[in-house]
Amino acid sequence: MRAVITVIGRDNVGILAKISTECAGYNNNIIEVTQSVLQDLFVMIMLVDISKCNIPFTEFSDKMTALGIEMGLSIRAMHEDIFNSMHRI
Amino acid sequence: MINTKDILETITMIQDEHLDVRTITMGISLLDCCNSDIDTTCNKVYDKIMRRAHDLVKTGEEIEKEYGIPIINKRIAVTPIAMITASCDKKEPVQLARALEKAAIECGVNFIGGYSALVHKGFSPGDIELINSIPEALSVTDHVCSSVNIGSTKSGINMDAVELMGRIVRHTAELTADKECIGCAKLVVFCNAPEDNPFMAGAFHGVGEPDCVVNVGVSGPGVVRAALAKAGDCDLTAVADIIKRTAFKITRMGQLVALEASKRLGVPFGIVDLSLAPTPEVGDSVAYILEEMGLESCGTHGTTAALALLNDAVKKGGVMASSHVGGLSGAFIPVTEDAGMINAARRGSLTLEKLEAMTSVCSVGLDMINIPGDTPAEVISAIIADEAAIGMVNSKTTAVRLIPAIGKSVGDELSFGGLLGGGPVMPVSTYSPARFISRGGRIPAPMQSLKN
Repeated sequence: MRAVITVIGRDNVGILAKISTECAGYNNNIIEVTQSVLQDLFVMIMLVDISKCNIPFTEFSDKMTALGIEMGLSIRAMHEDIFNSMHRI
Repeated sequence: MINTKDILETITMIQDEHLDVRTITMGISLLDCCNSDIDTTCNKVYDKIMRRAHDLVKTGEEIEKEYGIPIINKRIAVTPIAMITASCDKKEPVQLARALEKAAIECGVNFIGGYSALVHKGFSPGDIELINSIPEALSVTDHVCSSVNIGSTKSGINMDAVELMGRIVRHTAELTADKECIGCAKLVVFCNAPEDNPFMAGAFHGVGEPDCVVNVGVSGPGVVRAALAKAGDCDLTAVADIIKRTAFKITRMGQLVALEASKRLGVPFGIVDLSLAPTPEVGDSVAYILEEMGLESCGTHGTTAALALLNDAVKKGGVMASSHVGGLSGAFIPVTEDAGMINAARRGSLTLEKLEAMTSVCSVGLDMINIPGDTPAEVISAIIADEAAIGMVNSKTTAVRLIPAIGKSVGDELSFGGLLGGGPVMPVSTYSPARFISRGGRIPAPMQSLKN
């Protein structure tokens, strides 16, 4: 099972570090990371393997949202199937 | 990895354009709950709903969180209650309404539909008692929704039922006059009612359905409008293509949620309803899509053509995205639930007559329309008859959900709150159809019914 974590907001020092640490803490392996600046916004997208996640994914998703609020960013962790089903035939 | 642009498009749709799954509706057959004793029937109905649906809300919330897609409503639809009370010695259907209400509250669902009777060709035992009990049932419950099917392409229109429903709609408004006449927002009169519709107030679990089933209704007017806004001044062929592409994406999301809910609940997947369902939120309006196409105000000349294009493109885009399509499937035009429609009605560009024309090219019918409180029952019946005739002749579902605003007149407003919204009281013709309605009988099925 894989999830997509999207981070949108103002660029700052340590965003990647903080989120990677959080992922590692819950035993989620980061497979791929892309980042870019889009219309003055920092956008980072991570593909994460959640099959060995040590808490239920719904809880992990809540933790990422909370971390986003704490860091002043919009962070979402969503199951990758939602993107596959919407954008691939 | 999935394309970054695609990922961000989905996030924007959810975050800024109100993309959501409007409802997961569990259909439950109550045919095995029939008993000659009404109390035993009520207990069996309550037990069965609790057994089947106790995890519905929890499962919906889990899917919502894992996939990051808001699922606005979790609902239950049951076998038309008139069929269940038919075998009871004492025909007191309101007791069953209370049992449904109790089950809905315990399960935590937003609505429970199926306080219904199917009388398109005539009344069978239990039907009259149920229809007569609708005003009371809707005034003593908050979650129960009711529907009555009074016509079909195959059988014509039961004008005795049409006459009766005019009085029932009025009486329901009177009994809930202290609550903005909200009873009528939970009551819909159908022609060609679908048996697998996940949307309220008209959802019920048809007799040809399996014991239990999961149906999903999608939404997304805001997404369609945003896609059209981005495209600028393209021609209408391009407009139709943009709507199709957007509808495909929206429906794929609905299909994913439906399959996941079906798997987790251990209940077969029924259908995805390909609908554009608006909410009163600004930016989630079907009227604004029509205005984005180039109409100054919804309801002006050109509205019917624009809506026909929209409705057709939604279906064409959606149908390939789902393995089973059903329900109402099309664009909804509920006046009080759509910010753009409310504004158009307030400024006088949207009238009842134009809405009637619009219903011939889209799903549903005259939906969530406030009419003057002194509108006589026979006028309500005549509006129902007109709408049923459009459905009957065009082999499509039409429905009427009118709210007589007791004590109010044109220009006043009703406010229901939540997804039901609110809006102005709209004028109706004051010429009397009383003699036509009092004739009763049946309008014969049209030639279109003879397809064999």
